[in-house]
Amino acid sequence: MKKMRFSIYRYNPETDAKPYMQDYEVEIGPKDIKLLDVLTKLKAMDDTVSFRRSCREGICGSDGMNINGKNGLACLTDVATLAEPVTLRPLPGLPVVRDLIVDMTQFFKQYHSIKPYVVNNTPAPERERLQSPEDRKELDGLYECILCACCSTSCPSFWWNPDKFVGPAGLLAAYRFIADTRDEITSERLDNLEDPYRLFRCHTIMNCVDVCPKHLNPTRAIGKIKDLMVKRAV
Amino acid sequence: MVNRIVVGAHYGLRDWLAQRVTAVVMLAYTLALVLFLLVMPSGFAGWKALFACTWVRLLTQVTVLALLLHAWVGVRDIWMDYVKPVGVRLTLHVLTILWLVSCLIYSVKVVWGL
Repeated sequence: MKKMRFSIYRYNPETDAKPYMQDYEVEIGPKDIKLLDVLTKLKAMDDTVSFRRSCREGICGSDGMNINGKNGLACLTDVATLAEPVTLRPLPGLPVVRDLIVDMTQFFKQYHSIKPYVVNNTPAPERERLQSPEDRKELDGLYECILCACCSTSCPSFWWNPDKFVGPAGLLAAYRFIADTRDEITSERLDNLEDPYRLFRCHTIMNCVDVCPKHLNPTRAIGKIKDLMVKRAV
Repeated sequence: MVNRIVVGAHYGLRDWLAQRVTAVVMLAYTLALVLFLLVMPSGFAGWKALFACTWVRLLTQVTVLALLLHAWVGVRDIWMDYVKPVGVRLTLHVLTILWLVSCLIYSVKVVWGL
């Protein structure tokens, strides 16, 4: 059976003075297809290694981590594609709770700041609020975000100003509700983002697009928000 | 001053747009200048003849202005990203403005041969 080498970021704030990298060797069996399979095996070897996981199929967004220098989901990453030793670190830019687990508070604060829900004050019709197929199509590529934070934590603007810059995930969600024809507070949403920090920290370097495990394009959504602001202003 | 995170300055669009427009102006000027330099006779005489035209001076002055506006937005972005203390940042903003305005005044002298 083939062995694979791993170098994993370890940090337990209660016992360790500072983080360190620990090396492991794991036997790769025929059923170990994804990185998460191997990590689960490794957890059985050393149960002090901590990481988040849940659905193991790229839907829950729990196991985002920095894999060989690039953010991604362990459950969607093929082990066969990884160069050895596989270096695993927590998502950059967020405080580490332990090992590969980061504190996502700041990330979700930004997400909540864009009001991630449809606001419609018109009395509800007897049945659901309808959209034309074309209007609904505008939401494709937006609603699929699983909030794994791979994009925002690969964005230098988010590293420098996580408290002020909404970040690619939050802005993608913002556009999702701006684009929704059932939402009635478009202008208020644009007002909320018209700020040198909240929106305009994005300098279009597209790290977010590069890492998104769901192949979404936050940069395009951010561009569309800016387009709407221009349309509103001129 | 209380330590609260404050956002919502309600500007940014104009600067972002200005940076794009000024970039186009600079690109157009650079391309035009390259073309002129290829067509014009080389050397001091050609250079002097080119800049004797008022419209070349005008275009140059407009491009310098575009460059300075572009630089203002870009440099301010750097201060906003990396300099956290508000007092230091404000000082850097003011110094940047003074420097760029000085450059503008000097460019008028150079371009128009005053």
